[in-house]
Amino acid sequence: MENIISQKVKEMQPSGIRVFFDLVLGMKDVISLGVGEPDFVTPWQIREAGIFSLEQGFTSYTSNKGLYKLRLSIARYLKNRYGIEYCPDEEILITVGVSEGLDLACRAIINPNDKILVPLPCYVSYGPMVELAGGIPVYIDTQKSHFKVDPSVLEKHIDQHTKGIILNYPSNPLGVSYTRRELEAIKKVILKHNLLCITDEVYGDLTYDFEHTPFPVLSGAKTSTVYLNGFSKGYAMTGWRIGYACGPKEIIAAMTKIHQYTIMCVSITSQMAACEAMHSGKKSVEEMKREYKRRREFVVAELNRVGLTCHKPEGAFYAFPSIKATGLSSMEFSQKLLKEEKVAVVPGTAFGKPGEGYIRISYASSMDNLKEALRRIEHFLSIHRRKHGCTR
Amino acid sequence: MDEILEILEKDGRASIEDIAKMTRKKPQDVRKAIEKYKKEGVILKYKAVINKELAKDSDAQVRALIEVNIVPQKDLGFDKIAERIYSFPEVASCYLVSGTYDLLLIAEGKDLNTVARFVAEKLAPLENVRGTATHFLLKKYKEDGVILRHKEENKRIAISY
Repeated sequence: MENIISQKVKEMQPSGIRVFFDLVLGMKDVISLGVGEPDFVTPWQIREAGIFSLEQGFTSYTSNKGLYKLRLSIARYLKNRYGIEYCPDEEILITVGVSEGLDLACRAIINPNDKILVPLPCYVSYGPMVELAGGIPVYIDTQKSHFKVDPSVLEKHIDQHTKGIILNYPSNPLGVSYTRRELEAIKKVILKHNLLCITDEVYGDLTYDFEHTPFPVLSGAKTSTVYLNGFSKGYAMTGWRIGYACGPKEIIAAMTKIHQYTIMCVSITSQMAACEAMHSGKKSVEEMKREYKRRREFVVAELNRVGLTCHKPEGAFYAFPSIKATGLSSMEFSQKLLKEEKVAVVPGTAFGKPGEGYIRISYASSMDNLKEALRRIEHFLSIHRRKHGCTR
Repeated sequence: MDEILEILEKDGRASIEDIAKMTRKKPQDVRKAIEKYKKEGVILKYKAVINKELAKDSDAQVRALIEVNIVPQKDLGFDKIAERIYSFPEVASCYLVSGTYDLLLIAEGKDLNTVARFVAEKLAPLENVRGTATHFLLKKYKEDGVILRHKEENKRIAISY
C-alpha cells in the first residue's frame, strides 16, 4: 500500500499536532480557546437568503468564475471601501474559501523549484500548498521582530529563484497586522525584486486599532498581487466555504483554468448567501467586530496580569502569549493545561518552529467562557510557576 | 450607544472591573459613568430575564395583549388615563400606539381567570375606556431580543486551526 501513495504526498510533513487535537476532541467539558472560527452563527438575513435561494430552486451550477452579481458586488465593495478597482469579468474569481484561492494561486504561478517566502509562524497550509505545487517554501522567522515581517530580514532571504511571498494579515495565529506605513516598507522590497505577493486578508474586516490596508491598494502593488479574501471570518460563514481571489487578469485566468477542472464552481447556495452578505451584512460585521474588540482588551489584560506576556494583537481573534516563564514547551504546556484544567489552546509550534514558547488563544468564545478559562489558567500557572521556580 | 451601555444591556451583571478591562477605561471612570447613567435615568434597573413558563409558582403564568380604546381628556391627553391603567400591578407593559386603538397593554396573571377578571372588573369599567380586545399569549418565542429556549448546543468542533 505504501507504494501506492505519491512521493510528493508522502513527503508532506504530517501535522504533529494531530495527536493533541484528537486528545481534545476525545475529552468532555473542555473550555476550548482553540477554535479557529467565530463563535457567532452566520447572521440570520444571510442564512435566510441561502434558504430562500433553495426554495426558489437555485440548485444548478454557476459560471466557473462564480455568479456575476456576486463578483460585481465584490468589485463595488472593494472600490467603495478601499478604492481598488478590479474588473468583475476578468479579475475576480469566486473560490471555495481562501484555502482554495491559495492553492490555485500557488499552482498557477509556481514552476518546479521556484521559491516562495513564508513568514513564520503562519497558518498551517501555506508551506504544504507551496510544496504540492512543486515549489520550495522558504521560511522566515519573525520572532525577533515581534512577529512582524522585517523588510531587511525579508530581503536577505531573496535569491534568483524566489518567485513570491505569502503574506497574511491580520494573522492567524498571531493576530498581528500592519499599518499602511509598515506595508509600504515590505512592498518596496517585493517590488524591487519583482516578486509576486499572495496576500491572505480573510481577517481584514477584524482590524481593531487602525484601518485595514489591502496590499493591492499600495501604489504599484496591484499588478504584483493576488488578493485573497472571503466571507468566513468577518461574516461568520466558515461552513459555507466561500471566498474570492482578485488579481491581474492573466493570473486569474490561469487560476480559473485549474478551478474549472477541479471545482467547477462554488456551491450556488453559498454564492447566493454571499450576495446577501455583501448587500446587507456590514452592520452585523461591525457588531461582531465590536464584540471581539472588547474580548481582546479583556483577554490581553488578563493574560498579562496572570503572567503570560502578550503583545496586543491588532486583528483577527487570536492572542499569541509567551509561556516561557513556565519553562514548559508549547506542547507540554498545552497538554498539561488540557489534562489538569480542561482548557484547550493550540501549541504555538503547530504554526512552525518559531512558535515554540508560545500558545495560540482564540477569543472567539463567550465572555463567560473566557473568564472561566483565564481563572483556570491562572490556577495552572500558580502551580507550574512554583514547580519551575520561576517568578513573574 | 455608549459601549458601557452596550455591555450592560447584554449582561447586567458585568462587573465594573471587567467592563474597565473590556473598554480600556479606569474602573473609577466606569463607575462614574454608570452612576451618571443611573442619575439621568438612562439605566433604570438591573434584572434577570426569566422564562416564566419554566419558573414554578409564578404569578405570571398567563399573559395577554390587551388593546384599549380610550377617550382622551381635555388638557391631559392620554397620559392621565394611561397612568390610571398602568398603575395596576397586573399591567406589565403599557404603550400608546397609533392605529385603530390607543393603548397596548401586556397584562400578567397566575391563570386565565385572573387576567380575565382584571379586564372585566377593573379595566373595562373605567370611565374613559371605550372598549377592549384581549389576546391571550399562547407561546413566547422571543422577548426583548432574547430567544426563549434552552441553551444552544455548541456546533463548532472543539479545536481547529
